[in-house]
Amino acid sequence: MNYYKVQKLKSHLFIACLYCSAAFVLAPLIMVIVFLFYKGASSLNLDFFMNLPKPVGETGGGMKHAIIGTFYMVGLGSLIAVPLGIVCGIFLAEYGKGKIPNCLRMASDLLTGVPSIVIGIFAYTLIVVPLKGFSALAGGVALSLIILPIVIRSTEEILKLIPGHIREAGLALGLPRWKVIYFIIVKGNLPNIFTGVILAISRAAGETAPLLFTAFGNMYLSYSLTGPMASLPVQIYNYAISPFEDWQRQAWAGAFVLIILVLGLNIVSRLIVNRKQLFNKK
Amino acid sequence: MKNLKVLVLTIAFLTPIFSFASVQINGAGASFPYPIYSKWFAEYNKVNPKIKFNYQAIGSGGGIRQLIKQTVDFGASDAPMKERDMKKAAWPVMHVPTVLGAVAVTYNVKGIPNNLKLDGEVLAEMFMGKVTKWNDAKIKALNPNTNLPDADVLVVRRADGSGTTAIFTDYLSNVSSTWKSKYGMGKSLRWPTGIGAKGNDGVTNMVKQTNGAIGYVELAYAVKNNLSVVALKNKAGSFQAPTVEGVSKAAAGMKNLGTDFRVSIVNAEGKGVYPISAFTYILLPQVENPKLSEVKTFLKWALSEGQNYAAKLHYAPLPKKVTDTVLKKL
Amino acid sequence: MKFINKQDQINFRLMQGLAIGVVVMMIIMILLLVKQSLPVIELSGLSFLTTDWWNPIEEEFGALSFVYGTLVTSFLALLLASPFSIAVAVFITEILPDKVKPIISMLVEMIAAVPSIVFGLWGLFFLAPFVQTTLTPFLKSTLGFLPIFQGPSFGIGILTASMILAIMIIPTITSICREVFKTVPNLQKEAALGLGATRFEMIKLAILKPSFSGIMGAMVLGLGRALGETMAVAMVIGNQPSINFSLFAPGSTMASVIANEYAEADNDIHLSALCLVGLLLFVVTLIVNVSARTIVWRFGSNER
Repeated sequence: MNYYKVQKLKSHLFIACLYCSAAFVLAPLIMVIVFLFYKGASSLNLDFFMNLPKPVGETGGGMKHAIIGTFYMVGLGSLIAVPLGIVCGIFLAEYGKGKIPNCLRMASDLLTGVPSIVIGIFAYTLIVVPLKGFSALAGGVALSLIILPIVIRSTEEILKLIPGHIREAGLALGLPRWKVIYFIIVKGNLPNIFTGVILAISRAAGETAPLLFTAFGNMYLSYSLTGPMASLPVQIYNYAISPFEDWQRQAWAGAFVLIILVLGLNIVSRLIVNRKQLFNKK
Repeated sequence: MKNLKVLVLTIAFLTPIFSFASVQINGAGASFPYPIYSKWFAEYNKVNPKIKFNYQAIGSGGGIRQLIKQTVDFGASDAPMKERDMKKAAWPVMHVPTVLGAVAVTYNVKGIPNNLKLDGEVLAEMFMGKVTKWNDAKIKALNPNTNLPDADVLVVRRADGSGTTAIFTDYLSNVSSTWKSKYGMGKSLRWPTGIGAKGNDGVTNMVKQTNGAIGYVELAYAVKNNLSVVALKNKAGSFQAPTVEGVSKAAAGMKNLGTDFRVSIVNAEGKGVYPISAFTYILLPQVENPKLSEVKTFLKWALSEGQNYAAKLHYAPLPKKVTDTVLKKL
Repeated sequence: MKFINKQDQINFRLMQGLAIGVVVMMIIMILLLVKQSLPVIELSGLSFLTTDWWNPIEEEFGALSFVYGTLVTSFLALLLASPFSIAVAVFITEILPDKVKPIISMLVEMIAAVPSIVFGLWGLFFLAPFVQTTLTPFLKSTLGFLPIFQGPSFGIGILTASMILAIMIIPTITSICREVFKTVPNLQKEAALGLGATRFEMIKLAILKPSFSGIMGAMVLGLGRALGETMAVAMVIGNQPSINFSLFAPGSTMASVIANEYAEADNDIHLSALCLVGLLLFVVTLIVNVSARTIVWRFGSNER
């Protein structure tokens, strides 16, 4: 064999390796999803959505309270973080130079990197300690701290992409700057901004660690802002480490619902972007 | 202005949700009595639908701390509170015994049938990491007729502060002087070996999943999951598997109740006694408030009618003289 | 800033106020964390970092075993994940036809979106039994002479935790690597091919070599993600606060000990110790993230 043939062979081998590793990386994802379908979807039933848990060890019951709890707290977190995050993102994109914007940018970058469990501690010291009790409010605040930096960053990135001449055109028409910002720049890019928001919310919906000792858990349906509240991820965790087969079955069912929720939101946000790009191409 | 309308409507919808309230009483603590407590709460809810108990089985240590921090209305623990902790609470705390339970030593080894015989010494050495194989000569000596496989002993213990751990290590300290001097007893301690799991739930699950595992859990957890349990040598010298009767006998031999029910009945004397038995308590702050009087009403129910559910869930009902004294105090 | 329009000024002040609010809140949170940690710093001092004796009942706190657990699992995960991530990034940018590209890259990014509790569930019920019954005997029979592959295996332990972490950080590393590879000019690739290089040589010389520091940055960011990961690790690591050199042995990480003990900490000093662990974790991830950014940023500016 001559040199070239060896090199060719090497190259083919290498590319085969690349194929293999791609398959290897996708395997866990596919396995997780297959496992979820196999174990989770099969144990889903109407009871799961409509009922509260039964006493320990008895079969049946559902996670209605946890599903509602997750929506409640994610909603609460979004209510706090999304408007704040969007305004901060606009601020960074439009008035991005100077000391205060730089501080904000640093703070938000810092917050992105903070492990979610540490965010739980933040919310605990901020809300649970002064209120003397686990509460849905603390859970919501913890989730808002996860949503906030993602929204700030994505909003800033999106608005920065807008070419300067659009702003100038608005200003040249004699509009005040705030009107240019809100009615031309932001309004025209709302779908893109919401993509970031949806991504942030989907991330918060799957978080367990920050809720463990802020919202804690509850075996009943609760709407109280100041009382402990169940959430889907925490309920899955509690059921997963339990020895009862029926609870483990429900943990799988819960995980299935959770992943449909999270991946669904993800796909929706991607579709928004893709449609936008399609329109632009046309 | 459309947005404003939506906002107003949303707020209008949310307001009644925020103000909606039935009486919910929050408790936290031991996972040892969790199966019977959750049964009680569900049954009591049928008797008295206005009251909802939300009980989180986070471990006795957590229950005591939450109680001191006033983040829950009542606590629950298997190990009585220490004097030091009692002083930290803003009010005196009353220990109300609710049921008796057994800590079962449970294992999952392919080839070993139920009720393997062990004595305290060997058990302590297994948990110290000195007996590392299931076919160790010391185990063989106690079970001459059993075929023991050559499997690793994998110790599973609690990772959280736990009353079950306190009872179990109380027993180990009672039967092994090495254990007592080196590791002692407590709700959580520095284990020489093994893996930690969360709650009785977690330990049961870990034992169930792992070949070669040995752990300690409340009896109900072992029975409900069809796990093998060890027959332990009691003071009288016979091997006794954990049963409700064995626990009742341990409590029957008890002479002194103490003024506040904080007693240990581990390694009790007598025939047919299961050596790792214990009371479990609800911790009640001694203050007047409407929620607590609801808890007291519940406890009166639990100590009378509630006791009937005990045996079915593998707990021993309290001896009559104990319930009488407690009911008087409530 | 000067404003001609009064409304503009109000708008600006409002935004600035909110921005300052966020920054101040961040500072307050960090200060609270530090304040909560003070009691245990007074109690244990430096021994908090140098001993592995963690006994909340006796109020003795040494966090070394958690630091060890966090570092070992994270680096092992990085070791397992990096080759795959880089390979997949190359695969997507260089091999895949343009039409399939978005599908595969979306699938890889989906891994990042799967909640960690779901990975934990899968790890506990699928990966752990697999590790105990299949992987451990295999490793023991082939590499059993190494001390890291000795001792009994529960199925859950450092190795299983690292494997889960590896899966979780692959998308992070892959997507940054792809960004880095995109910056390689097409001319460079074509030049290599034009000189008669095979595809392998082209990828090695024209893509991987110039991207070296970018790849490093991606790896460090992946490390940052691994360090803070909580739930999946807490479910499969075994929660034993001790230092074991065997990869089969159970361990404990900084994040997992907080998740396990925070809600049920016995007393204030225990809580304070857990806060200090949290603070430590915060500082470590901060350093890692900042250095990753510096590397990537420096790489970016060199290119231009």
